[in-house]
Amino acid sequence: MAFQTPQATSRSVTGIPTGRLAIWWVLASEIVIFGGLVTCYLLLRLHHVEWAEEASHTSTPAGAFNTFVLLTSSLFVVLAHRAVTEGNREKAFKFLWYTIAMGGVFLGVKAYEYTTEIVHGYTLTSSVFWSFYYTATGLHGLHVIAGMVIMGIISFSVRKGENLQRVEYIGIYWHFVDVVWIFLFPLFYIAK
Amino acid sequence: MDGQTETHPNYVKIWGILLVLLVVSVLGPMIGIKAITLITAFGIGIVKAFLVAAHFMHLNIEKRLICYLLIVVLLFLLVLFAGVAPDVMRKEGQNWRHSSEILPSPLD
Repeated sequence: MAFQTPQATSRSVTGIPTGRLAIWWVLASEIVIFGGLVTCYLLLRLHHVEWAEEASHTSTPAGAFNTFVLLTSSLFVVLAHRAVTEGNREKAFKFLWYTIAMGGVFLGVKAYEYTTEIVHGYTLTSSVFWSFYYTATGLHGLHVIAGMVIMGIISFSVRKGENLQRVEYIGIYWHFVDVVWIFLFPLFYIAK
Repeated sequence: MDGQTETHPNYVKIWGILLVLLVVSVLGPMIGIKAITLITAFGIGIVKAFLVAAHFMHLNIEKRLICYLLIVVLLFLLVLFAGVAPDVMRKEGQNWRHSSEILPSPLD
């Protein structure tokens, strides 16, 4: 598939397109950010069995539903990638917006969860457990918002037939956000 | 695209498998046995992440360099865990005392 791209985008010593290599480097740094947070949480969680009581106040059905939402959004964005490789730009545009919509549903559920928890007195400063909970899920939520904004911008350039390779790149990023949630879900919602 | 074979697997089928695994990871811990909770919650979580990475992120057909990059980063996390764990998780040592015995806990 031929894309009209700047020279720097198509030039690569590794054989990997520069844009895709760049997104993998971004994700490598993201792994350190989220991984460091999760590692610290695990270290303390293993040492403080009493945190299980605090974790019992998170909503497993809401977390499970959000996992379903993100897994489905991952399906949509990979279908957008497939549509681009098949030359169907309108279909890709449509699937990108389905993905953005699922991101919106995810944030809506998360907002409902936060509201319920704060109303019941579980805030960022309630305990170390809740500090980890809000930091990890909040940072993840910011990544969801960033992904939605970037995907929205990319969708319109896709419609015009420009920079089609970016659909794959934003897809890789979005799947990573999904993978992070796959680990946050058992850590904060299931291990009680 | 460049460097990758442009063949797409059945994504809907993979999504279906992921949903089945999600159901198992939610139902498993309800049994209340710790070992089953660990396997169903975290073990299946790893399987789900692997499926997404391999098939949705196309790591299965990506150049090996990317896998090496990710392995190195994950090893850094292991170093972090191994380096900090003795201080956080052990209360006693031969020539040192845990900080919680010297300093008041911030939770107190």
